[in-house]
Amino acid sequence: MSSTAPVAVQPVPRGGLGKLVGHRLIDWLPAVIVLVGIVGLWQGLIVWLDVQQFLLPKPTAIASAFWTDKQELLHAGWYTFQEALGGFALGSGTAIVLAVVLARWRRLGAALMPYFIAANAIPIIAFAPITNQWFDGGLTKSSKIVIAAILCFFPVLVNTLRGLTSVRPQDLELMRSYAGGQTAIFRRVRIPNALPFIFTGLKVATVLAMIGAVVGEYFGGALNALGVLILARSRIFLFTQAWAGVFVACLFGLGLYIAVALVERIALRWMPSTSE
Amino acid sequence: MNVVEISGVSKRFGSTTAVEGIELEIGEREFVSLIGPSGCGKSTLLRIIGDLIEPSGGKVVVNRKTARQARKDRDYGIVFQDPVLYDWRTVAKNVALPLEIARWPRQKRKVRVQKMLELVELTGFENHRPWQLSGGMQQRVSIARALSFDPALLLMDEPFGALDEMTRERLNMELLRIWAASGSTVVFVTHSISEAVFLSTQVVVMSPRPGRISEVVPIDLKQPRTATTREEPRFFELVTQVREALHLGHDLERAAPVITQQAEA
Ligand SMILES: Nc1ncnc2c1ncn2[C@@H]1O[C@H](COP(=O)(O)OP(=O)(O)O)[C@@H](O)[C@H]1O
Ligand SMILES: [Mg+2]
Repeated sequence: MSSTAPVAVQPVPRGGLGKLVGHRLIDWLPAVIVLVGIVGLWQGLIVWLDVQQFLLPKPTAIASAFWTDKQELLHAGWYTFQEALGGFALGSGTAIVLAVVLARWRRLGAALMPYFIAANAIPIIAFAPITNQWFDGGLTKSSKIVIAAILCFFPVLVNTLRGLTSVRPQDLELMRSYAGGQTAIFRRVRIPNALPFIFTGLKVATVLAMIGAVVGEYFGGALNALGVLILARSRIFLFTQAWAGVFVACLFGLGLYIAVALVERIALRWMPSTSE
Repeated sequence: MNVVEISGVSKRFGSTTAVEGIELEIGEREFVSLIGPSGCGKSTLLRIIGDLIEPSGGKVVVNRKTARQARKDRDYGIVFQDPVLYDWRTVAKNVALPLEIARWPRQKRKVRVQKMLELVELTGFENHRPWQLSGGMQQRVSIARALSFDPALLLMDEPFGALDEMTRERLNMELLRIWAASGSTVVFVTHSISEAVFLSTQVVVMSPRPGRISEVVPIDLKQPRTATTREEPRFFELVTQVREALHLGHDLERAAPVITQQAEA
């Protein structure tokens, strides 16, 4: 059909990590300005209103406390991060596998789903003091990994299941016309279709994993764990140092989130929206 | 030998009867169009042939097998009204989908995909994503996919319905070229009279409520059809004949049921 030129063809999106991490520096400018504004306002209000240090320290004070103790804080952060990562992997992995099973055998899914939804409403973190006792009196990583895993489990399960089951009917009809079996349907339609949903669940789970690990440590843990450190410092009124610990928790939590978001960008390059 | 033999087929969806009393035989290498007002059961009939839905009554034989067995044997290539391409696959991978499911070896798959993309003139677009193509190109990908495994029977449900007139006429020509080259039998749903006449060896006219076949018009225009086919006097005669058959079906629908039965007898 040499007479007709192809219409409205865009180039195949390509590009290295730079493109994936996103955008040029200038695109980040508004966000950076907001951050500087908020930190500046925080600092300014504390100076202006003369807020007591133990209520809310100045950002500069937190920064200098972090800098003084950075070795110890980052070590503690890394220790806790390992628990969070372990829980994230365990909880999310189990959830994805279980979601596939529940989507494959709908009867089973229909029987179990109400209980998973009900269980989702349980404030799991309330069990932390108890699970601590289940595993080595809470002194090793295991109990925090379990708490983090349970917290990660539900959002990943629910999102994955939704992704696996929200397939367009015509996509399934096509597979039917080729006599594709369940394995082919899962591998070629349901799982690719679920990927964007799975990543949404995983991103929520990264935040929950860090919360689970730190809060778990508030009820007892290794001496070099971040939660234990934050708690110990606020007990002896070193609030600025405790804040520095919270800052480190944020840092590691954000790191995990960004890592997952990066994998998402690579895995979902085929989506119209992610490659613009 | 007939590729498709339909006898006494009916389909009810709850209280609505989509099609009823369908008798149809389609010979090898025929190009058969189903035409009729919307809601007269064209898609339903096509889906019954392709075993995407089961008839409420009657019998469908495809290649001397049940429709189900024919589907299991991968005798069907289906082209839907929407292209139904998977966004997570490239153009080449979309075309390769039925070959993967039929477990063709990788190398053989690659060669065939290349050949099919050549056939629909999309060479060079292998690594594009479906959403990067225009509507007409997407529909050509779905035709390439349907033809990739040499199905005995090509079922097409208003494949060009969403396209503009010019693209549509161009794809009509391509479809005829592909049909001539592939040697498959085609069942083609449309609601365009001129498209049906231009493409087909037979036009099956359907009437609504309940969906029935009101007339089968053989199209004796000479092969291969060309751009000038649409200007031949015989083309206009046949268009008129199909149009009158359509209106007759429509009038019957409005008349008393007694007359319908007489017309059938
Ligand atoms: N899945 C379905 N459920 C209920 N009714 C349906 C379904 N599919 C088709 N119908 C009904 O059957 C009749 C024929 O539909 P269809 O075969 O799609 O007509 P056409 O393709 O000729 O426009 C219509 O009245 C339609 O509403
Ligand atoms: Mg239809």
